[in-house]
Amino acid sequence: MSAFTSNNIVVNESTVILAIETSCDETAASIVMGGNDILSSVVSTQIDLHAQYGGVVPEIAGRAHLDLLHPVIAQAISEAGISESRIDAVAATHGPGLIGALLIGVSAAKALAFTWDIPYIGVNHLEAHLYAGLLEDPTLELPLVVLLVSGGHTMLIEMRGHGEYKLLGRTIDDAAGEAFDKVARFLDLGYPGGPAIDAIARTGNAQAIDFPRGMLHDGLDFSFSGLKTSVVNYVRKNPNVNTADVAASFQWAVVDVLLNKARKAAEAVGARGLVLGGGVAANSLLREKFTEMCAADGRRGLLPSRAMCTDNAAMIGSAAWYRLRSDGPTALDSGGFPNLRLPLIDSSWSR
Amino acid sequence: MLTLGIETATERVSVALGDHDGVLGSIDITRGRRHAETLTPAIEFLCRQADVKIDEVAVVAVDVGPGLFTGMRVGIAAAKAIALALHVPMIAMSSLDLLAYPLRRTDQLIASVIDARKGEVFYAFYRQNELGIQRVLDPTVGSIDDLISDLLGRGQETLCVGDGAVRYRDEIVAGFATDFAGSSYSFPSASALVELAHLKALKEDWVEPHQIEAMYLRQPDAEINWSTRNSGAGR
Repeated sequence: MSAFTSNNIVVNESTVILAIETSCDETAASIVMGGNDILSSVVSTQIDLHAQYGGVVPEIAGRAHLDLLHPVIAQAISEAGISESRIDAVAATHGPGLIGALLIGVSAAKALAFTWDIPYIGVNHLEAHLYAGLLEDPTLELPLVVLLVSGGHTMLIEMRGHGEYKLLGRTIDDAAGEAFDKVARFLDLGYPGGPAIDAIARTGNAQAIDFPRGMLHDGLDFSFSGLKTSVVNYVRKNPNVNTADVAASFQWAVVDVLLNKARKAAEAVGARGLVLGGGVAANSLLREKFTEMCAADGRRGLLPSRAMCTDNAAMIGSAAWYRLRSDGPTALDSGGFPNLRLPLIDSSWSR
Repeated sequence: MLTLGIETATERVSVALGDHDGVLGSIDITRGRRHAETLTPAIEFLCRQADVKIDEVAVVAVDVGPGLFTGMRVGIAAAKAIALALHVPMIAMSSLDLLAYPLRRTDQLIASVIDARKGEVFYAFYRQNELGIQRVLDPTVGSIDDLISDLLGRGQETLCVGDGAVRYRDEIVAGFATDFAGSSYSFPSASALVELAHLKALKEDWVEPHQIEAMYLRQPDAEINWSTRNSGAGR
């Protein structure tokens, strides 16, 4: 059995990657060809298992991943309509995420890669979210600015090329998705908070309450914990307020800040395109206003489909293709990295 | 019929290859890096040194616990992946059975005891019979007092084995006079796994990968808290 070395890999448009995602509460597998052609994408969500706890329970996630992963992989291969022998590499999210959850995908991916004698690629989940936007339209007009908003992250990133990222701004406290979850919990709207607020906000008046826009005129960093606190204070002072109005006004405050800063960032670096990514990018109001803003500014807006915003394995397969091409395979003695960060050009970011 | 055995239910990572001639090779690593990092390279090294191509493997055997949850899931996920990739069946064995098997020549009662953390142990009891070894108490989880009370209930000469027996040796002997197996027996091994699995494989007593289930014996913490909260006991 010959060990796989990077000098005998040909990575091209017909390179087929089986990708696996198990970093949090979605068990997903996908077959992606040439970095952008999604042959299949299967996502099995565990939301119902965690909903009653109001958040993801790591041990429950680990158990569900173990039961779901192999059927999901088999389904992804079958739906792609390819033979297993066409698979050229196996990729898995190796961080950031829940360590016990990550290790299930990583262990399965390495075992598959070893058994088929093909490369293994450990993928950075955050980088994969950046690539989700490019899956829709892979023609890169650089530089791009990516607004990455999820339950764990809120960042503005300048993408200068494949693998070349500069951090322009980030949240100094809560992530945007975290604010959605916390406010939804406070308003008793259920879990996960993003879709719950999105739904009820449609029936509310977004101008009803003028919630503060944290750090709006203060660089490209974000702050959402003050907004969360003012929602709580407002509802305590006005117990009879219409919940839909609170949700709509809160949502508008978040979206307003996100897009204002994204526009500023795009202007600052002269970006020709703006990409939206991460779970919060599935929010209806954010999508609508993002599209309007990009049209008004004459800037290309790359908006992934909702399925590509939330956790999925197709984006892992896409990022893996670019990483395999630039860096070669990941060693089989590699593990999981729960606190992995986006590799940045400017390493002064030390949080 | 070549069997690959994977065992990661305790601190040890253990892999072995076996067939009609017994164990062809094995690797046991009980310290160092984490299971997920060590496992695949260990299988790769074992196959290479034993001059076996992975696609010669006809059945994949795996220790499904009980044990450390994250560790055992690493082994089960990898074992299922290999079986899936090779289109071969699987055989599941309990970590407690694997602990008892190497001690099968004793006529004492064998108590396999694995550290379950949080002051508890996973345990099961075994006896020699004419065919080899027989389980006389199915895998369970409990406190050291529960274990002692089950041992007192049997009232037989006993040999305790496993990392739980090592860790709680003083507490156990304070409640029940028992012998302890040597430290080389303290962890389940993939060698015992492939030997036991081979006997099953000969009878085609195997399952498909999707039928493999981990043996946890304990609910996730959040579920325990939730049921306590719902019953009002936690308030």
